[in-house]
Amino acid sequence: MEQIVKLPVIDLGIAHFLILAAIIFVIGISGIFLNRKNVIIILMSVELMLLAVNINFVAFSYYLEDLVGQVFSLFILTVAAAEASIGLAILVIYYRNRGTIEVEDINQMRG
Amino acid sequence: MLILGLLFYIFAFVMVVSALNVVLVKNPVHSVLCLILCFFSASGIFMILGAEFIAMVMIIVYVGAVAVLFLFVVMMLNINFIKMKEGFQRYLPLCLIIATVLFIDLYLVINSSVNQENLLLAKASIPIPSEKDLTNTHSIGMVLYTEYFYPFQIAGLMLLVAMIGSIVLTHRVRTNVKKQNISDQLARKREDCISIVTPESRMGVK
Repeated sequence: MEQIVKLPVIDLGIAHFLILAAIIFVIGISGIFLNRKNVIIILMSVELMLLAVNINFVAFSYYLEDLVGQVFSLFILTVAAAEASIGLAILVIYYRNRGTIEVEDINQMRG
Repeated sequence: MLILGLLFYIFAFVMVVSALNVVLVKNPVHSVLCLILCFFSASGIFMILGAEFIAMVMIIVYVGAVAVLFLFVVMMLNINFIKMKEGFQRYLPLCLIIATVLFIDLYLVINSSVNQENLLLAKASIPIPSEKDLTNTHSIGMVLYTEYFYPFQIAGLMLLVAMIGSIVLTHRVRTNVKKQNISDQLARKREDCISIVTPESRMGVK
Protein backbone atom coordinates (compact mmCIF):
# COMPACT_ATOMS: atom_id res chain seq x y z
CA MET A 1 0.00 0.00 0.00
CA GLU A 2 1.41 3.29 -1.00
CA GLN A 3 1.67 5.85 1.66
CA ILE A 4 0.80 9.30 0.54
CA VAL A 5 2.77 12.00 2.27
CA LYS A 6 1.14 15.34 2.03
CA LEU A 7 3.59 18.17 2.17
CA PRO A 8 2.22 21.49 3.21
CA VAL A 9 2.54 23.75 0.22
CA ILE A 10 3.45 27.26 1.15
CA ASP A 11 1.96 29.54 -1.43
CA LEU A 12 3.71 32.85 -1.61
CA GLY A 13 1.41 35.68 -2.58
CA ILE A 14 2.27 39.29 -3.07
CA ALA A 15 0.77 40.09 0.33
CA HIS A 16 3.64 38.19 2.02
CA PHE A 17 6.21 40.52 0.54
CA LEU A 18 4.13 43.65 1.08
CA ILE A 19 3.57 42.80 4.75
CA LEU A 20 7.30 42.15 5.18
CA ALA A 21 8.05 45.53 3.60
CA ALA A 22 5.47 47.17 5.86
CA ILE A 23 7.12 45.63 8.94
CA ILE A 24 10.57 46.85 7.87
CA PHE A 25 9.17 50.31 7.12
CA VAL A 26 7.51 50.56 10.53
CA ILE A 27 10.73 49.43 12.23
CA GLY A 28 12.58 52.16 10.34
CA ILE A 29 10.11 54.83 11.47
CA SER A 30 10.25 53.67 15.08
CA GLY A 31 14.06 53.80 14.85
CA ILE A 32 13.82 57.50 14.09
CA PHE A 33 11.54 57.98 17.10
CA LEU A 34 13.59 55.91 19.54
CA ASN A 35 17.06 57.21 18.74
CA ARG A 36 16.39 60.92 18.90
CA LYS A 37 20.00 61.69 19.78
CA ASN A 38 22.07 59.48 17.53
CA VAL A 39 22.15 60.73 13.94
CA ILE A 40 23.95 57.63 12.70
CA ILE A 41 21.09 55.35 13.77
CA ILE A 42 18.60 57.79 12.23
CA LEU A 43 20.44 57.55 8.90
CA MET A 44 20.41 53.76 9.17
CA SER A 45 16.66 53.85 9.82
CA VAL A 46 16.20 55.89 6.64
CA GLU A 47 18.17 53.19 4.80
CA LEU A 48 15.82 50.56 6.24
CA MET A 49 12.80 52.51 5.01
CA LEU A 50 14.28 52.76 1.51
CA LEU A 51 14.92 49.02 1.61
CA ALA A 52 11.25 48.43 2.39
CA VAL A 53 10.29 50.55 -0.62
CA ASN A 54 12.68 48.50 -2.75
CA ILE A 55 11.06 45.25 -1.60
CA ASN A 56 7.67 46.66 -2.59
CA PHE A 57 8.92 47.61 -6.04
CA VAL A 58 10.53 44.26 -6.74
CA ALA A 59 7.53 42.32 -5.41
CA PHE A 60 5.16 44.24 -7.68
CA SER A 61 7.60 43.76 -10.55
CA TYR A 62 7.45 40.00 -10.05
CA TYR A 63 3.70 39.69 -9.63
CA LEU A 64 2.78 42.09 -12.44
CA GLU A 65 5.52 40.57 -14.64
CA ASP A 66 6.73 44.08 -15.33
CA LEU A 67 10.39 45.01 -15.53
CA VAL A 68 9.89 48.68 -14.63
CA GLY A 69 9.77 47.91 -10.92
CA GLN A 70 13.29 46.50 -10.97
CA VAL A 71 14.59 49.48 -12.97
CA PHE A 72 13.08 51.91 -10.46
CA SER A 73 14.50 49.94 -7.57
CA LEU A 74 17.93 50.55 -9.15
CA PHE A 75 17.24 54.30 -9.14
CA ILE A 76 16.19 54.13 -5.48
CA LEU A 77 19.46 52.36 -4.77
CA THR A 78 21.43 55.28 -6.24
CA VAL A 79 19.35 57.77 -4.25
CA ALA A 80 20.05 55.81 -1.07
CA ALA A 81 23.79 55.73 -1.75
CA ALA A 82 23.93 59.47 -2.48
CA GLU A 83 21.87 60.25 0.60
CA ALA A 84 24.09 58.16 2.85
CA SER A 85 27.29 59.75 1.56
CA ILE A 86 26.02 63.34 1.91
CA GLY A 87 24.48 62.62 5.33
CA LEU A 88 27.66 61.11 6.69
CA ALA A 89 29.75 63.98 5.28
CA ILE A 90 27.50 66.49 7.06
CA LEU A 91 27.81 64.38 10.20
CA VAL A 92 31.62 64.40 10.02
CA ILE A 93 31.87 68.20 9.68
CA TYR A 94 29.27 68.69 12.40
CA TYR A 95 31.32 66.51 14.72
CA ARG A 96 34.48 68.39 13.74
CA ASN A 97 32.88 71.72 14.65
CA ARG A 98 30.91 70.76 17.76
CA GLY A 99 32.55 67.64 19.16
CA THR A 100 29.18 65.89 19.46
CA ILE A 101 26.52 64.44 17.16
CA GLU A 102 23.44 64.86 19.36
CA VAL A 103 20.52 65.92 17.22
CA GLU A 104 18.78 67.74 20.06
CA ASP A 105 21.62 70.26 20.11
CA ILE A 106 21.07 71.14 16.47
CA ASN A 107 18.83 74.16 16.93
CA GLN A 108 21.11 76.97 15.79
CA MET A 109 19.48 77.24 12.39
CA ARG A 110 16.06 77.88 13.93
CA GLY A 111 14.58 80.64 11.79
CA MET B 1 7.34 25.93 -4.10
CA LEU B 2 7.77 24.49 -0.62
CA ILE B 3 11.46 25.24 -0.49
CA LEU B 4 10.84 28.77 -1.76
CA GLY B 5 8.23 29.35 0.92
CA LEU B 6 10.53 28.06 3.64
CA LEU B 7 13.36 30.23 2.33
CA PHE B 8 11.07 33.24 2.30
CA TYR B 9 10.12 32.73 5.92
CA ILE B 10 13.74 32.19 6.98
CA PHE B 11 14.93 35.31 5.17
CA ALA B 12 11.98 37.36 6.40
CA PHE B 13 12.57 36.27 10.00
CA VAL B 14 16.29 37.08 9.85
CA MET B 15 15.49 40.39 8.21
CA VAL B 16 12.94 41.50 10.78
CA VAL B 17 15.09 40.43 13.74
CA SER B 18 18.18 42.18 12.39
CA ALA B 19 16.18 45.32 11.52
CA LEU B 20 14.90 45.38 15.11
CA ASN B 21 18.47 45.02 16.34
CA VAL B 22 19.58 47.95 14.18
CA VAL B 23 17.14 50.12 16.05
CA LEU B 24 17.42 48.69 19.56
CA VAL B 25 21.07 47.73 20.08
CA LYS B 26 23.19 50.09 22.21
CA ASN B 27 26.49 49.85 20.35
CA PRO B 28 26.30 51.47 16.88
CA VAL B 29 28.96 49.11 15.51
CA HIS B 30 26.65 46.19 16.28
CA SER B 31 23.75 47.98 14.68
CA VAL B 32 25.77 48.53 11.49
CA LEU B 33 26.59 44.81 11.43
CA CYS B 34 22.89 44.01 11.87
CA LEU B 35 22.14 46.38 8.99
CA ILE B 36 24.53 44.36 6.83
CA LEU B 37 22.75 41.13 7.81
CA CYS B 38 19.43 42.79 6.98
CA PHE B 39 20.68 43.74 3.51
CA PHE B 40 21.94 40.21 2.92
CA SER B 41 18.57 38.68 3.72
CA ALA B 42 16.87 41.35 1.61
CA SER B 43 18.98 40.27 -1.32
CA GLY B 44 17.90 36.68 -0.59
CA ILE B 45 14.29 37.86 -0.83
CA PHE B 46 15.07 39.51 -4.16
CA MET B 47 16.55 36.23 -5.38
CA ILE B 48 13.26 34.50 -4.50
CA LEU B 49 11.47 37.14 -6.54
CA GLY B 50 13.70 36.43 -9.54
CA ALA B 51 15.49 39.77 -9.49
CA GLU B 52 19.03 38.47 -9.53
CA PHE B 53 20.65 41.68 -10.74
CA ILE B 54 19.01 43.79 -8.03
CA ALA B 55 20.04 41.22 -5.42
CA MET B 56 23.69 41.34 -6.45
CA VAL B 57 23.72 45.14 -6.77
CA MET B 58 22.13 45.25 -3.34
CA ILE B 59 25.06 43.34 -1.86
CA ILE B 60 27.69 45.32 -3.78
CA VAL B 61 26.26 48.79 -3.18
CA TYR B 62 24.70 48.46 0.24
CA VAL B 63 27.05 46.05 1.97
CA GLY B 64 30.17 47.00 0.03
CA ALA B 65 29.76 50.76 0.05
CA VAL B 66 27.03 52.15 2.25
CA ALA B 67 27.37 49.90 5.28
CA VAL B 68 31.16 50.09 5.20
CA LEU B 69 30.84 53.90 5.02
CA PHE B 70 28.62 53.79 8.11
CA LEU B 71 31.08 51.54 9.90
CA PHE B 72 33.93 53.87 8.97
CA VAL B 73 32.13 56.94 10.33
CA VAL B 74 31.05 55.16 13.53
CA MET B 75 34.59 54.09 14.22
CA MET B 76 36.12 57.44 13.23
CA LEU B 77 34.02 59.58 15.56
CA ASN B 78 34.90 59.26 19.21
CA ILE B 79 31.51 59.51 20.88
CA ASN B 80 30.07 58.41 24.18
CA PHE B 81 27.32 56.18 22.85
CA ILE B 82 25.84 55.18 26.19
CA LYS B 83 24.75 58.77 26.77
CA MET B 84 23.10 58.64 23.36
CA LYS B 85 20.45 56.19 24.53
CA GLU B 86 19.05 58.52 27.21
CA GLY B 87 15.76 59.49 25.59
CA PHE B 88 14.93 55.85 24.80
CA GLN B 89 12.48 55.14 27.66
CA ARG B 90 10.73 58.47 27.25
CA TYR B 91 9.89 58.03 23.58
CA LEU B 92 9.08 54.30 23.72
CA PRO B 93 5.29 54.53 24.40
CA LEU B 94 4.74 57.20 21.73
CA CYS B 95 6.80 55.19 19.29
CA LEU B 96 4.86 51.98 19.99
CA ILE B 97 1.54 53.76 19.49
CA ILE B 98 2.62 55.33 16.19
CA ALA B 99 4.19 52.10 14.91
CA THR B 100 1.08 50.06 15.73
CA VAL B 101 -1.28 52.54 14.13
CA LEU B 102 0.88 52.81 11.03
CA PHE B 103 1.25 49.05 10.69
CA ILE B 104 -2.49 48.43 11.08
CA ASP B 105 -3.05 51.11 8.47
CA LEU B 106 -0.65 49.51 6.00
CA TYR B 107 -2.06 46.05 6.74
CA LEU B 108 -5.62 47.16 6.05
CA VAL B 109 -4.59 48.83 2.79
CA ILE B 110 -2.68 45.74 1.63
CA ASN B 111 -5.49 43.40 2.70
CA SER B 112 -8.28 45.34 1.07
CA SER B 113 -6.78 46.50 -2.20
CA VAL B 114 -4.07 44.06 -3.21
CA ASN B 115 -5.63 40.85 -4.45
CA GLN B 116 -5.51 38.69 -7.51
CA GLU B 117 -8.29 40.46 -9.40
CA ASN B 118 -6.66 43.86 -9.00
CA LEU B 119 -3.29 42.46 -10.07
CA LEU B 120 -4.84 41.07 -13.23
CA LEU B 121 -6.28 44.48 -14.04
CA ALA B 122 -2.86 46.10 -14.16
CA LYS B 123 -1.11 45.85 -17.47
CA ALA B 124 2.63 45.41 -17.73
CA SER B 125 4.23 48.23 -19.68
CA ILE B 126 7.49 46.33 -20.17
CA PRO B 127 6.88 42.61 -19.63
CA ILE B 128 9.62 40.45 -18.18
CA PRO B 129 10.98 38.15 -20.90
CA SER B 130 11.08 34.45 -20.06
CA GLU B 131 14.26 33.05 -18.51
CA LYS B 132 15.01 31.02 -21.65
CA ASP B 133 15.19 34.06 -23.90
CA LEU B 134 17.08 36.54 -21.77
CA THR B 135 18.65 36.55 -18.35
CA ASN B 136 17.46 39.04 -15.79
CA THR B 137 20.57 41.22 -16.11
CA HIS B 138 20.35 41.23 -19.89
CA SER B 139 16.70 42.25 -19.91
CA ILE B 140 17.28 45.06 -17.38
CA GLY B 141 20.12 46.32 -19.58
CA MET B 142 17.88 46.25 -22.64
CA VAL B 143 15.39 48.51 -20.87
CA LEU B 144 17.71 50.70 -18.82
CA TYR B 145 19.84 51.96 -21.68
CA THR B 146 16.98 52.57 -24.10
CA GLU B 147 13.67 53.34 -22.47
CA TYR B 148 15.07 54.77 -19.26
CA PHE B 149 18.16 56.41 -20.69
CA TYR B 150 17.50 59.93 -19.34
CA PRO B 151 16.63 58.77 -15.80
CA PHE B 152 19.78 56.66 -15.92
CA GLN B 153 21.88 59.68 -16.87
CA ILE B 154 20.20 61.75 -14.16
CA ALA B 155 21.00 59.04 -11.62
CA GLY B 156 24.64 59.18 -12.68
CA LEU B 157 24.61 62.98 -12.39
CA MET B 158 23.12 62.67 -8.92
CA LEU B 159 25.90 60.35 -7.84
CA LEU B 160 28.44 62.83 -9.24
CA VAL B 161 26.81 65.67 -7.28
CA ALA B 162 26.84 63.55 -4.13
CA MET B 163 30.51 62.71 -4.64
CA ILE B 164 31.56 66.33 -5.22
CA GLY B 165 29.33 67.51 -2.38
CA SER B 166 30.79 65.14 0.17
CA ILE B 167 34.35 65.96 -0.93
CA VAL B 168 33.68 69.71 -0.68
CA LEU B 169 32.02 69.30 2.71
CA THR B 170 34.72 67.24 4.35
CA HIS B 171 37.77 68.79 2.66
CA ARG B 172 39.66 71.16 4.87
CA VAL B 173 42.59 73.40 3.99
CA ARG B 174 45.35 73.06 6.55
CA THR B 175 47.18 76.31 7.10
CA ASN B 176 50.15 75.35 9.23
CA VAL B 177 51.58 72.80 6.83
CA LYS B 178 54.41 73.69 4.44
CA LYS B 179 54.01 72.15 1.03
CA GLN B 180 55.13 72.70 -2.52
CA ASN B 181 53.04 75.06 -4.66
CA ILE B 182 54.00 74.24 -8.21
CA SER B 183 52.10 77.05 -9.95
CA ASP B 184 53.81 79.64 -7.72
CA GLN B 185 57.17 78.11 -8.52
CA LEU B 186 56.52 78.19 -12.24
CA ALA B 187 55.19 81.76 -12.18
CA ARG B 188 58.32 83.07 -10.50
CA LYS B 189 60.42 85.30 -12.80
CA ARG B 190 64.01 86.35 -12.60
CA GLU B 191 63.10 90.05 -12.28
CA ASP B 192 60.94 89.45 -9.22
CA CYS B 193 63.58 87.96 -7.06
CA ILE B 194 67.03 89.06 -8.26
CA SER B 195 68.28 92.61 -8.53
CA ILE B 196 71.78 93.73 -9.35
CA VAL B 197 73.03 96.66 -7.32
CA THR B 198 76.33 98.40 -7.33
CA PRO B 199 76.84 99.78 -3.84
CA GLU B 200 79.09 102.70 -3.22
CA SER B 201 82.13 102.12 -1.20
CA ARG B 202 81.58 102.12 2.62
CA MET B 203 77.79 102.61 2.19
CA GLY B 204 76.59 99.02 2.23
CA VAL B 205 73.55 97.59 0.53
CA LYS B 206 70.23 99.14 1.43
